[in-house]
Amino acid sequence: MSEGKLEIDRISKKYGAKVALDEVSFEVQPGELFGFVGSNGAGKTTTMRIVLGVLSADSGQVRLGGAPITHETRTHIGYMPEERGLYPKMKVLEQLVYLAELHGMSANDAHRSAENWIARLGLTERRKDEVQKLSLGNQQRVQLAAALVHDPRVLVLDEPFSGLDPLAVDVMSGVLREKAATGVPVVFSSHQLDLVERLCDRVGIIRSGRMVASGTVGELTADAGNGLVVTAPNAAPGWASAVPGVRSVEQNGPTAILELEAGADDQAVLAAALATGPVTEFTKRRRSLTELFRDAVAEKPAAQGVSA
Amino acid sequence: MNTVSSWRAVRLIAKRELNTRLRTRSFVIGTAVLLVILMGYVLLQSTLIGNEDKSKVGLSGQTAGIAQQLQTAGAALGEKIETVTVADPAQGRAQVENGDLDALLSGNATELKVLVKSDLDTKLRALLNGVSQQEVLNGILSESQESPEQVMRTVHQTQVEVDSIKPPDPEKSQRMVIGLIMAVLLYMSIVTYGTLVAQGVVEEKSSRVVEILLSTVRPWHLLLGKVIGLGLVGLTQLVIIGGAGLIVASATNVLTLSGVATGALLWGVVWYLLGFLLYATVYGAMGSLVSRQEDTQSVIGPVNIVLILGFVVGFNLLTQAPDGTGTKILSLVPLLSPVLMPARIAAGTVEVWEIALSLGLTVAAIALFTWLGARIYQNSVLKVGSRIKLTEALRG
Repeated sequence: MSEGKLEIDRISKKYGAKVALDEVSFEVQPGELFGFVGSNGAGKTTTMRIVLGVLSADSGQVRLGGAPITHETRTHIGYMPEERGLYPKMKVLEQLVYLAELHGMSANDAHRSAENWIARLGLTERRKDEVQKLSLGNQQRVQLAAALVHDPRVLVLDEPFSGLDPLAVDVMSGVLREKAATGVPVVFSSHQLDLVERLCDRVGIIRSGRMVASGTVGELTADAGNGLVVTAPNAAPGWASAVPGVRSVEQNGPTAILELEAGADDQAVLAAALATGPVTEFTKRRRSLTELFRDAVAEKPAAQGVSA
Repeated sequence: MNTVSSWRAVRLIAKRELNTRLRTRSFVIGTAVLLVILMGYVLLQSTLIGNEDKSKVGLSGQTAGIAQQLQTAGAALGEKIETVTVADPAQGRAQVENGDLDALLSGNATELKVLVKSDLDTKLRALLNGVSQQEVLNGILSESQESPEQVMRTVHQTQVEVDSIKPPDPEKSQRMVIGLIMAVLLYMSIVTYGTLVAQGVVEEKSSRVVEILLSTVRPWHLLLGKVIGLGLVGLTQLVIIGGAGLIVASATNVLTLSGVATGALLWGVVWYLLGFLLYATVYGAMGSLVSRQEDTQSVIGPVNIVLILGFVVGFNLLTQAPDGTGTKILSLVPLLSPVLMPARIAAGTVEVWEIALSLGLTVAAIALFTWLGARIYQNSVLKVGSRIKLTEALRG
C-alpha cells in the first residue's frame, strides 16, 4: 500500500533575485501526519508545488521511498492545491472519474472509486450536478474527493482546512487520520495552529524559505523553557519572586504564570504557594504551538532570506 | 501500480474535449445554422439556374407567326425563349406590367413593336432585331431573282474560325465556386476551433484546475490532447457540412461535378488538419498568456488578423486572377496555404509541384510553430495573474 517515506532534501528555488526556498529539508514517515506551518509567503506552496513537479527546484531532491521522485511516481500523490480548481461546467461524477483516469486508474476502477468517495463525502444527490452549481462547502468536498479518488499513496494538501465549516473540518480531519492509518504519509499546510497541534504527529515551521523548526509538537515545545500555572487565591502579588530562579510572567487575578530557569525547583514553588493558603491549580505549562510559532517567526528578523 | 502512459493521457484529454464539445448546444446549433446557410445557397443557385437566360415573350396579332423563328434563333444563341399567344393586347400589357411576360410583341414580322416593363434585355433585343431583319431580307431577296434559302445558306455557312491556345474549361466557373466554398469553410473552421483551443486553455487557467492536471500529466500532454480533441470536433463539423452540401447540391443538379467536389472535400479535410495543427498550438500558446476569459480576445486577436488578412486578400486574388502570380505566391506561404491551396486545387489552377511544395512548407511550419507554442505554453500555463509578455514566455 505505502510508497514509503517522503523526503524533501535541501530544495532551493529562486525567482529571479528573490530566494523563495533555501535548502528546505524535512521528511514524512509512512502513516505520519505532518503539519507544515509558516506565514503567508514563507514558501509552503512553493515547496508543495515542487513536490508535485508543478514547479521545478533549482537544486535539491524530492524522494519517495528512497528513490528520486519521477513523473510516474508523482501520479500516486493526492494533491489539493492552494488555489482550488475544478472544471466549473463538468459534472461531479464525470470530473472525479476523469481525474482518477488521468492518474492511471482503469475506467471501471475510476467509476467505483468516484462513486465511493461521492457517497462517503455526502455528495450522492449532487453527483450529476455541474460543479459550478454546488455550494461552496460542497465544492470543497468535491475538491477533497479529487485529491483522494485515485487512491493516492501520498497526500500533499495545501491549506485543506481553509474555508471549511466546523462539520467539514471534522470530516476532513477524519479522512486525513484514516489515510495516515493505512500507512500513507500525509503533509498539509495550515494556519489553524490549534488544529495542527491536535492532529499532527510532527510539525515543520518555515520562515522566509528556511525551515526553522521541525519535530513532534512535544519536542518543539518541551525545550522552550519551563512554565508553571499556579492558582493560589490567598496569595499576595509577587509571592513567587522569593523562590530562586523563578520569574512571574503574568498575573490574572489569583492565577500566576511563572517561568522557571533551568535548575529551578518546582517543588519549592509549590511549597511557597501552599504557605500562602489553599492552592487550587498547579500545572506544568506547555507552550502552545501558536506561541512557538510566533517566537520562531519573530526570531532573527534581520535574516538574509527574503520572503517570497 | 498505476501509472498513466503519455499516449493514454493524451487520449483521455482528447476524449474529454470531444465529449464535452460534441454534446454542447452551441455545437449542434452552430452546425445546424451553417447547414441551413449552405442549403439556402444551394437552393438559391438551383432556382437561379432554372431562371437563367429564359425569356417569356407574348405574341399578339400577326406576330404569332414568328414563334418558330424566335425559338430557333434563341436556341442558336443559348437563350431559351418561351412564347405565348396573347389574344387581348390589354391583357398582355397587364401581364408585362406584373412581370408574367418579359416582352409583348405587336405589329408584324417586319415591323416589330415591343412592349417591356422598363428596358429591353440586350440579348432579346438583338434576337428580335435579327428575326425582324431576316424577314425584311427575305422580302428583298424574294423581290430580286435570288432564292432566299440559297442566299441564307451561303450566309450562314460563313463563320469565323476559332483557334484557341488553351481549350476553355467548361467546368471552370463551377470549380471556382467549389474552391471558394472550400476556402470559406476552412477559414471558418480554423478560426472557430483555434479560438476554442485558446478559450479552453484560459478556462483551465482561470478555474485553476490546471494545477491538478499538471500534477499528473505533462504540459504537452494537455496541449496536444486539447488540440487533437477540438480538431476532431471541427473535423466532424466540416465533414457533416461538406458532405451534406455535396449530396444536396448534386441532388438538385446545382453541382454537376460531384467528382471534383468530392476531391475538393477530401483535399479540404487534409488541409483542414494541416491548418488546424499549424494554428491550434499558436492559439493555445496565446491563450496560456492570460488568466481571465475576458483577456482571451486581446491575445488571439493578432493570430485572427493574420488569418483574416490572408483570407480576404487571397479570396480576392482567387476570384479576380486565379492564375495570377500573386495568388500563386500567397498560396505557398505556409500560414495561408491551408485556406488558399485547397481552393486552388478545387479550381484546377494548380501544378502538382506547387501542391507538393506547399505541403512540405506547411509541415515544416507546423513543426516550428508546435515547438514554439509548446514552449510558450509550458512557461506560462501556471503563471496566474496579469498577462505574461510573449518574450518572457519564450525565454522561460
